[in-house]
Amino acid sequence: MLTTSTYKKVLHQLNGSFLNEVGGLSHFTARFFKQGFKPRYEVAEFVRQCFVIGYKSLPLIGLTSFILGLVLTMQLRPSMVSYGVESQLPAIVGIAVIREIGPVITALIFAGKIGSSIGAELGSMKVTEQIDAMEVSGTNPFKYLVVTRVLAATLMLPILVLLGDSISLFGSWIGINIRGATSFQLYWTQVFDNLAFTDVLPAFFKSFFFGFAVGIIGCFKGYNSSKGTEGVGISANSAVVVSSIVIFILDLLAVQVTDALGLN
Amino acid sequence: MEQLIKPEIDDDNKEFSEPVLKIQNLFKSFGDNHVLIDFNLELKKGESVVVLGKSGSGKSVMIKCVVGLLQPDKGSVIMFGKNIPELDDEELDRIRAKVGFLFQGNALYDSMTVRENLEFPMRRTWIQFSQEEVKKRVVDTLEDVGLAHTIDMMPAELSGGMRKRIALARTLILRPEIILYDEPTTGLDPITGKEIIELMNEIQKKYNTSSLIISHDMKCVQTASDRVVVLIDGRCYAMGTYEELTKNKDPKVKEFFE
Repeated sequence: MLTTSTYKKVLHQLNGSFLNEVGGLSHFTARFFKQGFKPRYEVAEFVRQCFVIGYKSLPLIGLTSFILGLVLTMQLRPSMVSYGVESQLPAIVGIAVIREIGPVITALIFAGKIGSSIGAELGSMKVTEQIDAMEVSGTNPFKYLVVTRVLAATLMLPILVLLGDSISLFGSWIGINIRGATSFQLYWTQVFDNLAFTDVLPAFFKSFFFGFAVGIIGCFKGYNSSKGTEGVGISANSAVVVSSIVIFILDLLAVQVTDALGLN
Repeated sequence: MEQLIKPEIDDDNKEFSEPVLKIQNLFKSFGDNHVLIDFNLELKKGESVVVLGKSGSGKSVMIKCVVGLLQPDKGSVIMFGKNIPELDDEELDRIRAKVGFLFQGNALYDSMTVRENLEFPMRRTWIQFSQEEVKKRVVDTLEDVGLAHTIDMMPAELSGGMRKRIALARTLILRPEIILYDEPTTGLDPITGKEIIELMNEIQKKYNTSSLIISHDMKCVQTASDRVVVLIDGRCYAMGTYEELTKNKDPKVKEFFE
């Protein structure tokens, strides 16, 4: 059983490590803004990272989005039929996918794939002194490794969200046509008739913040990886866990902001 | 009792007359752990100095302070007339182009081929190289280390000795004036270790480089050093040629040479 002093000690340590982590991440983010927009610009590496982070994530995001749209439609259908509003299915799925499910699920999958890969890659480079070797070669490793990855993640996630949303809605159209018959054109007309810019824009903008969070947390965890292979595993794992939590916190903040601005 | 044996450097020997690196009163601590305490060292042009010390004695910290990867708490590291801890990033990069660093674990970039590993420092340095120069120098340097056939291979496909040679080739690619070796034979079998030492000596002769070698491998100390510095408890405890130090009666020094 924990005594009061042990309890206080454990709490103090937990608080200390949490605050250290928050402080470290804030400092790392400030360094990104301080160094990220000054020359020398690592354009070639940035383009390469856009390909790795964006294009190579597309199959996974595409597949999961398709299944999500299809399953969501099939799950909603019985309830919609019982209320006699089956014809509203495209509108309901469209709003749900574009406003909330699409950006959040895509960001979570992105955190799992890209956050872990950035954490593991930079962690392994740190442990094997490759980051030091880069510095000795006259390269600023922060700019070359961190800035390029964070910018690529920030720019690629919104694009993946847009593509994922489209594929989800296509999956939903397939789902509707399993039990009924709705033309492709009619389906899309129904979706767009019920969507406003205030549905699309906030969701699109928040995905920039999700992408930034995944990139910066993955890089922070990898770049500050402790020595040894165990440290690399911990970096990759905590990059995913922390990114996922931050995505939900940002989502909560985004809904408050859009509500305050009257966009909901 | 600490004993500092002053090296006898032949002043008439022009090859070793010009210091390219001077470490003066260097202090470095990590919290309460005092790793370097008033460390001093001088490396002359064309000379090869081995810093000998046990694991955890501060050898790697010292070499990282030399190349600016770590900031010392106190003291100066004068390289080519400039104090490394005081330089800004741009000046540091200019100095680093004249310094090669062979990492203990090789630090080859896993995601790049051997060619890309060697091209990387040439493309990143402030010195401008044409495409032809880059290609030619990569091939020439790989030939120097006897591994021209590995040019399109990935580091993961190479043996430990081959990786060390490739890392040495990358260190050499900018034709540095000083090469810093961090435990060059650690993790290698004795035969491969011997080959690496021979290669280091050949390179030193061919390119007239100065070498600062960190090691606890006595074979390396014996065959690669003009001078040996014994680092104990963060201090420069003894200094001299290998032969001089083998005759040293101090028990702490004797421990290394027995």
